[in-house]
Amino acid sequence: MRWPKYLDGMSNARHFEGDGLRRPFRIVVAKAGLDGHDRGAKVIARALRDAGMEVIYTGLFQTPEQIVRTAIQEDADGIGLSILSGAHMTLFPLVVQQLEAQGAGDIVFFGGGTIPADDAAELKRLGVREIFTPGAPLADIVAFVQREAGKRRERVG
Amino acid sequence: MADRAVDRTISDLPLKTVYEPSDVADLDVKRDLGEPGEFPYTRGIHPHMYRDRLWTMRQFAGFGNARQTNERYHFLLAQGQMGLSVAFDMPTLMGYDSDAPQALGEVGKCGVAIDSVKDMETLFAGIDMGAITTSMTINGPAAIALAQYIVAAENSGIPRAELGGTLQADIFKEYIAQKEWIFPPRPHVRIIVDMMKFCTAEMPKWNTISISGYHIREAGSTAVQELAFTLADGFAYVEAAMAAGMDIDTFAPRLSFFFNAHIDFFEEICKFRAARRIYAHRMRDQYGARDPRSWQLRFHTQTAGASATAQQPENNIVRVAYEALSAVLGGTQSLHTNSMDEVLALPTEKSVEIALRTQQVLAYETNVTNVVDPLGGAYFIEALTSEMERQALEYFRQIEAFGGVIEAIEAGFFQREIADASYRYQRSLETKERIVVGVNAFERDETQDDLNLLKIGRDVELGQARDVQAVRATRDAAAVEDALAGLKRVCRSGENVMPALIDACRAFATEGEIVDAMAEVFGRYVERASF
Repeated sequence: MRWPKYLDGMSNARHFEGDGLRRPFRIVVAKAGLDGHDRGAKVIARALRDAGMEVIYTGLFQTPEQIVRTAIQEDADGIGLSILSGAHMTLFPLVVQQLEAQGAGDIVFFGGGTIPADDAAELKRLGVREIFTPGAPLADIVAFVQREAGKRRERVG
Repeated sequence: MADRAVDRTISDLPLKTVYEPSDVADLDVKRDLGEPGEFPYTRGIHPHMYRDRLWTMRQFAGFGNARQTNERYHFLLAQGQMGLSVAFDMPTLMGYDSDAPQALGEVGKCGVAIDSVKDMETLFAGIDMGAITTSMTINGPAAIALAQYIVAAENSGIPRAELGGTLQADIFKEYIAQKEWIFPPRPHVRIIVDMMKFCTAEMPKWNTISISGYHIREAGSTAVQELAFTLADGFAYVEAAMAAGMDIDTFAPRLSFFFNAHIDFFEEICKFRAARRIYAHRMRDQYGARDPRSWQLRFHTQTAGASATAQQPENNIVRVAYEALSAVLGGTQSLHTNSMDEVLALPTEKSVEIALRTQQVLAYETNVTNVVDPLGGAYFIEALTSEMERQALEYFRQIEAFGGVIEAIEAGFFQREIADASYRYQRSLETKERIVVGVNAFERDETQDDLNLLKIGRDVELGQARDVQAVRATRDAAAVEDALAGLKRVCRSGENVMPALIDACRAFATEGEIVDAMAEVFGRYVERASF
């Protein structure tokens, strides 16, 4: 795979690119509710893939239950949920609840979209690991996922 | 080295340092430009453009419940807005009632929740529906929204023939970009053709379809893709109506378009000019339209939501002003200017007012309205207009190779082209090849504390769910059942669906019930996920 130039210099990125012993991080990129804005989700999915991760894109209109089920079935390290419809304060907490109910709280759950700063703070308090808003550099998102997914692997093997 | 940002537009069209007569050597002024108001309308569809009549200032608005949005409409009309434009919430756009499980968390968030005729009446309370024009941005359930609007107007004594406005009803761009579909493409197109026939016979002042590139661009397309895909969609509707036996000159004058005004100033102006020229030629030369009004591409413009930034949101006021100027120099018929805070939430009254004032300053102070197509004839403008036309025609050939728009949708062609373009653009920001002020340059630490954002509480959802349940409890249940049975029958038989939809709305069938009945016949569309 060709390494995107803008990711040069990232701490552990190249390590995974050439590391045949560990399987790549696997991330579910999800769209929930009735929100059809899929531009951001697709860009993130491609950026994570270009950084050497395996990406499963759920497609549109998934329920929180479906998203968590997909992540568990796929043995995913993380879930990235994108919401631009304003339903974030309902749907993010439902995914957190589902993860806990399924005993999958170790899966790194992060998200993004049109989410005001005070809502983002509240969501992080409720258990969403990070919220990225419009303009967040892809390199930051990739670095975050690699760092957090790496920590998860150390914990759960 | 050619690969520099200064050598390409934001859509990757090549640019030269300076343009000269040789760049327009092929241009035949009479054939390719004409006079304003004359075929092929490159310079505008009216001979005097804004000297005779300004564009319509039409701010898209809707949030919460019908009562809250009605208050906003009264405010906008009092500020000098000239027409209304309804933004519906996600459940309404997807055909779900506010108490459906799928609607959880979405009610009133992206627009106003409309479940039945009762809500539509509240939405227009105190507004003379015979005197204003209304644009409704709704696609999957467009025919239902129109039926509700007709019934609400008739209940206030205004016959449908007097209603003026525009229904978006562009289902192709839903599959391509906006993703708010209900049924599969073919039944959706049949409903649209039914609606066109109905309006042609009964609603002479109603614009039936607003063929929309706006959402294609917002989904990440280039300007050329927006131009080409939108026009291809428009031509596909024309062909569908003609295949159903309609005479092109009976419906074409009431088709209109909706484009994005993005931040690459000259490219946008050329896009609008190229759109008019391509459309005029195809309508006359390929489809045989004889009425000049059928050759004229009329369009609404909205400034680019995707160009707005969450960082330093006040800067969006400046972006919007430049984008609005490009729409006016490109000859738009109506305009929505985005509010600075829309990247964070629904706009507040204050920010909507600034957006509207931006248009008023442009219209009344800058004098750009005094001369028609002031950039016409500039070497650069004409060369870029022709280049965009050439590239759009190349896209038409690719779409035709699939067999048409529906086949290209089913093959994922548009979706892939847009996703590729959007990722290319995002990477150019990562490398700082392209600069967005406040995002990848000139950043500063900031908090959003000084912006007073409009938030829609859960009380709206609960109240709206109670209201729709009250409607179901108090209406004549047998009349609803009859109306829905009649609707299913015409869906199966192929008769025009509009009268049956109007009957169902009159009986207070809810939108969700009507959609469920139709989906029994038509099925529901499922997209194959890919990125």
